[in-house]
Amino acid sequence: MTLQLFLLLAAGLFAIGLYGALSQQSIVMLMMGLELMLNGVIVAAAAFWFYVSPAGTDGQVLIVVIITVMAVEMAVGFAVVTAIYRARQVDMTDDAADLKG
Amino acid sequence: MDVVLFWVLAAAALVFGYLVFRLDSMAQVTFALLASFLAVAALVLLLGLGYLGVVTALMMVIEMVIMAVFMIMFMMNPAGLMPMTMVHNKVGSAAIAIGTFVVLAAGILLVDWPTREGEPPPDPTFALGEALMGGQMLTMMTLGVGLFATIVATVVLSTDRGRYGDER
Repeated sequence: MTLQLFLLLAAGLFAIGLYGALSQQSIVMLMMGLELMLNGVIVAAAAFWFYVSPAGTDGQVLIVVIITVMAVEMAVGFAVVTAIYRARQVDMTDDAADLKG
Repeated sequence: MDVVLFWVLAAAALVFGYLVFRLDSMAQVTFALLASFLAVAALVLLLGLGYLGVVTALMMVIEMVIMAVFMIMFMMNPAGLMPMTMVHNKVGSAAIAIGTFVVLAAGILLVDWPTREGEPPPDPTFALGEALMGGQMLTMMTLGVGLFATIVATVVLSTDRGRYGDER
């Protein structure tokens, strides 16, 4: 086990999540992609803590922040999906392109 | 032993992560994502972060169970009885994702990473608690206010009146 292996795993998870976030039409599936990307960031933060500066606590605090961000993302995401579905029966990203430039 | 565990967990995290966008059923998709999260939580445990690993595992189990409810609420194919493809711009997305991975991997393999400095404290959880209640207090307070703002925002968004007002 080395730092590079952990970071490669993190990059893999991030790339899979990015694929999902870009390609999925359903807003809920898009959020799963975002979660998977954050999942990769957790791996990277834990690996950096262990392999670079285990004596400090910054890596651990970063993981706490990421976990909180995940919870916030889920909660707000579902609230937005609920709101837009109530108003317009929309659950696909293609139908919610009002802000498209 | 740790090395074997690492490879098994890393493979599990990636495979289940990939299955999230391959399986047909929304319920299966949710639990594939949960499996990927649990593998990552086990990897965090493997690095000696007992508290954070367990917190990640517990939070993801709850989060994914809630997610399963929403999935079944919003999806036309909750049981996966019919094959389903709901993607747009598949090739472009795959190209961007693979390109991102190649760039990241190149950086990971080429950068001269710093060497390890210091040893993990005997009790990392204690050190984390001390940091959050000491030097990182501002971070903790910001997270608290952020979570409170989230509660307000989600309630406002999901009330019957909604974001768009009363007229329908």
